[in-house]
Amino acid sequence: MKSPRRWWTGSGERQKSCNPPDCGGEAMMGEIYVLLDHSKGRVDTLSRETLALAQQLGRAHGLGVKALLLCGPSRSAAENVAGLQVDEVLVASHQRLEQYDPDAHCHALTRILAQDRPLAFLMGHSYQNIDLAPKLAASLKCGLVTDCIGCRIDGESMVFVRQMFRNRINADVRVRSPHPWIATLQSGAGAGNDLLEGSSPVVERTVDLSGLAHRRTVVETVGAVKEKVDLAKADMIVAAGRGIKRKENLRLLEELAEVLGAELGASRAAVDSEWLERDRQIGSSGQSVAPRLYIACGISGAIQHVVGMRNSANVVAINTDPDAPIFNLAHYGIVGDLMEIVPALTRKLREEKGR
Amino acid sequence: MKVFTCLKETPSRDTRYELSPDSSWIGNAEVTHEISECDEYALEEALKLKEQHQGEVVLLTAGRAESEKSMRKGLAMGADRGVLILDRERELSSPYRVAAALEKVLQDQEYDLILTGTQSDDYGYAQTGPMLAQLLGLPHATIVMQIQVQEDRGSVRALREMESGWFEWVEIPLPAVLTIQAGISQIRYATLRGIMQARRKEIRKIELGGLGLDLSSMPHLEIERLYFPEQTSKAEMIEGTPDEIASTLVDRLRREAKVL
Repeated sequence: MKSPRRWWTGSGERQKSCNPPDCGGEAMMGEIYVLLDHSKGRVDTLSRETLALAQQLGRAHGLGVKALLLCGPSRSAAENVAGLQVDEVLVASHQRLEQYDPDAHCHALTRILAQDRPLAFLMGHSYQNIDLAPKLAASLKCGLVTDCIGCRIDGESMVFVRQMFRNRINADVRVRSPHPWIATLQSGAGAGNDLLEGSSPVVERTVDLSGLAHRRTVVETVGAVKEKVDLAKADMIVAAGRGIKRKENLRLLEELAEVLGAELGASRAAVDSEWLERDRQIGSSGQSVAPRLYIACGISGAIQHVVGMRNSANVVAINTDPDAPIFNLAHYGIVGDLMEIVPALTRKLREEKGR
Repeated sequence: MKVFTCLKETPSRDTRYELSPDSSWIGNAEVTHEISECDEYALEEALKLKEQHQGEVVLLTAGRAESEKSMRKGLAMGADRGVLILDRERELSSPYRVAAALEKVLQDQEYDLILTGTQSDDYGYAQTGPMLAQLLGLPHATIVMQIQVQEDRGSVRALREMESGWFEWVEIPLPAVLTIQAGISQIRYATLRGIMQARRKEIRKIELGGLGLDLSSMPHLEIERLYFPEQTSKAEMIEGTPDEIASTLVDRLRREAKVL
């Protein structure tokens, strides 16, 4: 499988040394724990990526790595994790852990992490963990860095890289708190999916969740749309972002899509503005696509969009802002007004067709 | 129905950022501020709940003294009153500390629901809401797109966004904390009458130092360095008139990329 293109590679530059009071300037020792999210008995891709990153950090810095799995009594996921190269797979199973329940998950993790106090606890930046991680961090009174696009060990401390100010600025963040330092990691933050296989002992961890009130009930799960447009199979996509400014301008993109035989796609901003239906949304809250040609029109390239389209074979970006991050992963970039460029492109393609 | 809405004032969404000389923070001297985008949607939801269930909407902000201006806008939109925790030295720069300050103020207040944005336009950590819920011992739900209060059941149903175009309705007992997603509704404008009324509405100011919090004992996220994302672009930048650009691009797509 082709590994996803990394859209941001980190600076690699070593930071000035800094001794947190609890580490005394020694090299870092201890363990990194990784949460394995799973569905239908399989560990999900983002968790595998996060674990691959932990394995890499562990090898480079002599740190132990343990995987942590919460599951229901059927333990179907636990069968599939013994083949990972980690020091231990910790499995906590309980009826209350069958489905995601923030109270039960937080309680179980708090018990295990407060007892073991690993150096760091890494989770995938999934919708579930966005809901869970801050509650867990408050429960443990530990620092949490969310939505990380990179993570490195710098001497005796860890540096988490994330974007701030609506993805315009990167920040190197250090946690000042007792261990574990908690982080949620974006897809692409680590080495990709190069997970080391091996064998590891499975260690049962019992968690007592009796007496824990049942507060959150999932009433219904609903799909975004009834007749879903399947963009995953599209050969070419013309995608609209905030930069198209008005619904009327969508016509220009429709004409381009028509002459190319492409599907229309949209960033979240374009869907929220009701320029396109939600079934055409591409990104973390929409579909993941991998067409041969992706033309991003007025899309800035926020990570939430990028994770859904970075496997496109050829990316053309049209944007008025020369600093827009979309140009970092584009193969062809055009800085300019899409209201002029797109019609010119449509004309040119029609002209050639007519020949 | 009494709803607290936690608002944060952040740099305007069209800010073109500069960095401070030591790269520890943004350096723009004259940044205008506004209510963080998700928080504005949270306020809109709170105001809709007030229309449906009567009651009161209270704004709660931790920030600099100038935040009062953004709070006045919230009051003009229809909120009843406000509480401003004055953080003059920017000590509340980590989500746990913000949550602890908000918790302290909320401890002796009555409420049915606390709403806030899913994430802020500055740090964007998306932590304060769930942390506040945990500190208050309340249930929570994040990334909420619709709210239905079930007064007879003493609960709230929330539609949560999930991966890949899926959503789920969850039900949790009141009082609860919900974090609201941006872009879910049409935000109302303040009317002229609302603006006039807002001038007379109360904003109670509390000094952060007066809350008696031991901030130094709380988890802190230290921003070591800010920097603009490295331009790792290998893109061929195509320049010229629109027609020239179109010709060049079609040529590249045909000969190099071989997609046409």
